[in-house]
Amino acid sequence: MRMMRPTRKHGSRRSRASLEDKLFKYSVMGIAALVLALLWSLVVKLVFDAQTSIETFGIDFLTSTIWDPNRDLYTALPFIFGTLMTSAVAIVIGVPISIGIAIYLSELAPAWIREPLSFLIELLAAVPSVIYGLWAIYTLRPVLTGSVEPFLMDALGWTPFFEGAAFGIDKLASGIILAVMIIPTVASVSKESMMAVPDSQREAALSLGATKYESTRMAVLSYARSGIFGATILGLGRAVGETMAVTMTIGNANIISWSLLDPGQTMASVIANNWGEADGLMLSSLIEIGVVLFIVALLINVCARLMVGRVMKAVPMTGGGL
Amino acid sequence: MRSYRSRRKWKNRIASLLALVCVLVALVPLVSILMEVVSRGAPAIDWAFLTERTKSSGAPDSGIGNAILGSLLLVMWASLIGLPFGILTGVYVSEYGDNWFGRTVRFFNDILANFPSVVIGLFAYSLIVTVIGFSLISGAFALAIIMIPIVANTTEDALRMVPNSLREASLALGVSRWRTVLKVIISNGRSGLVTGALLAIARVAGETAPLILTSFGNNFWETGLTEPVAALPLVIFRNAMSPYADLQEQAWGAALVLITMVLSLNVVVRLLTRKRMKLYKVVKKTWKERLSLSV
Amino acid sequence: MEGKIVTERLNAFFGEVHAVKNVNMSIPANAITAIIGPSGCGKSTLIRCLNRMHEVVRGARAAGKVYLDGEDIYDPETDPVEVRRKVGMVFQKPNPFPTMSIYDNVVAGQRLNGEKDWKKLDETVERSLKLAALWDEVKGQLDASGVSISGGQQQRLCIARALAVEPEVLLLDEPCSALDPIATAKIEDLLFDLKDKYTIAIVTHNMQQAARIADFTAFMYMGELIEFGETKKLFENPMEELTENYITGRFG
Repeated sequence: MRMMRPTRKHGSRRSRASLEDKLFKYSVMGIAALVLALLWSLVVKLVFDAQTSIETFGIDFLTSTIWDPNRDLYTALPFIFGTLMTSAVAIVIGVPISIGIAIYLSELAPAWIREPLSFLIELLAAVPSVIYGLWAIYTLRPVLTGSVEPFLMDALGWTPFFEGAAFGIDKLASGIILAVMIIPTVASVSKESMMAVPDSQREAALSLGATKYESTRMAVLSYARSGIFGATILGLGRAVGETMAVTMTIGNANIISWSLLDPGQTMASVIANNWGEADGLMLSSLIEIGVVLFIVALLINVCARLMVGRVMKAVPMTGGGL
Repeated sequence: MRSYRSRRKWKNRIASLLALVCVLVALVPLVSILMEVVSRGAPAIDWAFLTERTKSSGAPDSGIGNAILGSLLLVMWASLIGLPFGILTGVYVSEYGDNWFGRTVRFFNDILANFPSVVIGLFAYSLIVTVIGFSLISGAFALAIIMIPIVANTTEDALRMVPNSLREASLALGVSRWRTVLKVIISNGRSGLVTGALLAIARVAGETAPLILTSFGNNFWETGLTEPVAALPLVIFRNAMSPYADLQEQAWGAALVLITMVLSLNVVVRLLTRKRMKLYKVVKKTWKERLSLSV
Repeated sequence: MEGKIVTERLNAFFGEVHAVKNVNMSIPANAITAIIGPSGCGKSTLIRCLNRMHEVVRGARAAGKVYLDGEDIYDPETDPVEVRRKVGMVFQKPNPFPTMSIYDNVVAGQRLNGEKDWKKLDETVERSLKLAALWDEVKGQLDASGVSISGGQQQRLCIARALAVEPEVLLLDEPCSALDPIATAKIEDLLFDLKDKYTIAIVTHNMQQAARIADFTAFMYMGELIEFGETKKLFENPMEELTENYITGRFG
C-alpha cells in the first residue's frame, strides 16, 4: 500500500489559492463598499453646501411663500406645493389607467399579444424625458388649449382647481405628462403582482359562478393589492423626481396657486430652471431644496421597496432620464 | 334575478372593454411621439445638420454634430467609470453577498436606481463642479452615478441566473473561488451583463437634468475633459423653449437622432434577452461542456 | 334511470393532447360517485368538464354533450357562469381567499348573486359551516382570515363556500390528497351526510377511499371510461381485465 504523503507543492498551492480568493473577495467587497460610501459622502457634502441657506432662513424655508431673487429671499414651500399638486394629478390619472393595463395584460390578453404589448408599454419608459417635454409643448399643448382646458373651465370652473386662463403651460399639463411617464412603472409592477396570484384563486372564484370581471376583483385584485399599492408608491416616486418634462410644461412661476390651469414650479423644476444664473445664497437655497427633494424621494422609494420587495426588478430600467 | 344576472354580464363586458381602452390610451402618446418626432425632425436632418456645430438662430449651417460627439463622449466616459464599478458591485452582491452587508448594498442600489436624476446632478455639482467646473468629466461622473445602481442590479440578476450546479462543479474540480467567479460565472452570465450595460447606456444617453447642473452645453467642438461639452438632450431642451422656428426644428431633429439611438438600444436589448431566454434551456443541458471550455 | 349528470361522447383537449376520449357516463342523483384511475388517466380533466372549468385553461377545449337534468351545459346559449353556480367544485389544494375572513369566504358566492341582507347572509354562514362540519370549530372566530385555520379546516371551509350558493351537484377533485388521515376522515364523514341532498362526484387516487364512501365508481384509463358500476360490484367482481389489474395493484 502506497503512503500518500502530502507534498509541499500541494500545501502551498492550496494556501496561495485561498489567499487569492480572499484578495478577490475583499477587493470586490471593497468596491461595493466604496460605492455606498461615495453616495453617503455626497449626501453629507450636499447638506454642507446647503448650510448657508439653512442658517439664513431656518424653519421659515419650509413655511414662507416668498421667492424673490431681488431681495435675496428664498423658500421651498411653493415648490413642495407644486410637486404635490403635479404628482397628485399624475397619480389620479395615471394609476387607474395603469391598473387597467395590468388587468388587460394579466387576465384578458390572448397569449400571443401579451409580450409585444408589454414591450410597447415598457417602451414608454425608454423615451427620454426631454423628448416628452418637447412633445408636450408642441403636440399636447394645442390639444389642451384647444379642447381640454376650455371644457374643464366650462364644466368645473366654479371649483378653485380650474380657475384662470387656458394657456396649456400649467400644472395640469405637467400632471398629464407625468401620468404618461409613470404608466410603464405602475403598470408593469402591478402586472407582475397580478400574474403572481395563483390560478387556484381564480378557479375558486369562477367555480362559485363568478364572471371574469368578478373573479378578477375577488381573487386577483385583492390578493395583489399590496403589490399594486407598492406600484403606485413607485410611480409617485418617479413623479416627484421628474425634472425635464415638468420644467418644460409647468411655466416657471414661483407662486402658490390652487388652480391647475395656473403655472407653477416643482422642487425639481426650480433647480433646473434657475441653475444657470444661481450663485451665493440662491445657489445654497437651491441646494437646500435639492436636499428636501432628496429626503422626500428617499422616503417614498424606501416605502416602495419595502412594500414591493424584489419585484422592483420589474421596473423598466430603460428610463430616458428624469 | 334575471335582470341582475344580465347586469353582471354587462358589467363584465364593459370592464373588459375598459381595460382594453386603457391600453390604447397609453399607446396613444407613444405612437404620437414617434410620429411627431419623425415628421417634424426628418426635414431637419441632412449631412450638414449632422456634422456642423450648433450656432445661434439665423446662422446658416447650424447643426448638432458637436452635440452628437458630446453625447458620445459623455456616455463613453460615464461607462468607463460606471460599468466596472457597477459590474463589480453586482458580482459582489450575487456571489458573496449573502449577509447583512450584501443586503444593505442591494437595498440601496434598488433605491438609487429610481432616484431623481436632478439630485444626482446636485451630488456631482457639489463634489466635482466646485472643483473642476462645468465640464465633460463632471457630466460623465453624474451619469456614472446613475449607471452604477442599474448595472449592479442587472449584473446581480444575470449572475443569479447562472445555475448553482455550475459553481459547485467548478469548485469541485478544484478551481479557486475567484477564478470560478471570474471565468465561469461571468462568462456564462455575460449576455445579461451586456444587456444591462446597454440598458444603462440607453438611459443615461437621454438624461438632461444632471447635465444642466454639470456640463452646461457648448456651442463648439470641444473634447477636453475639463471643458463644458455639448449634448443632444441639452440641445433639445434649449431649442425647444426658443421662439425661433429654425432652432425649434433643430430640437426636433436632435430628438429624432436621440430617440433613434435610445430605442434601437432598447430593441436590441429585447432581442438579446429573448435569445438568452431560449438559449438558457440549452445552457442548462450543456453546462458540463461549457464548464470544461471556460476553465 | 337517467342520471343527474349524463355525458354523451365527451371529449376534452389541451391543445393537441386528447385527454378525455368519448366518455359516456351517467352520474346518479343523491349518491356519491367516485372516479378512480392511475395518474394521467384524465379523471381530473373529466370532472372539470362537468362544470365547464376545463375550458378556463388557455388552449383547452371540450366537445360533446353534458346533460344536467336533461339540459346540455355545453349548449352555445348556456352561460357557463350559471352552470358553475349549479355545479360546485372543491379543489385538490384548499384555496380560501386569504384577504377575506371566514365569514366573507363563505358568503362570497352569495354576494356575487347580489345578496345584501345581513340576516340572510348570517343564516347562510351558519347553515353552510354546519353542513361542512366546521361550525363548532370556527363559530367564535368568523372574522379570522380564511387562511388562519388548519389545512383540513380550510378544505372544509372551501366545501362550505361551495355549498353556500346552493348548488345541485358538488364535484370534488382529490379533496383529501393534501390532508392528513384525521382531516380526511372528517371530510369523508361529511360527504356521506351530504349525499342525501346533493349529487356528489369525487375524483380520488385512493382506492380505499372510493371503496369506503362511494355508491358508484368509474374507472378511467388513458382518457377512456373503462368501467362504471356499483362500487361493491366493481371492486369485488370487475368486468374488465384492466379494472381488475388496477384494483389488484398490478399498475398505477
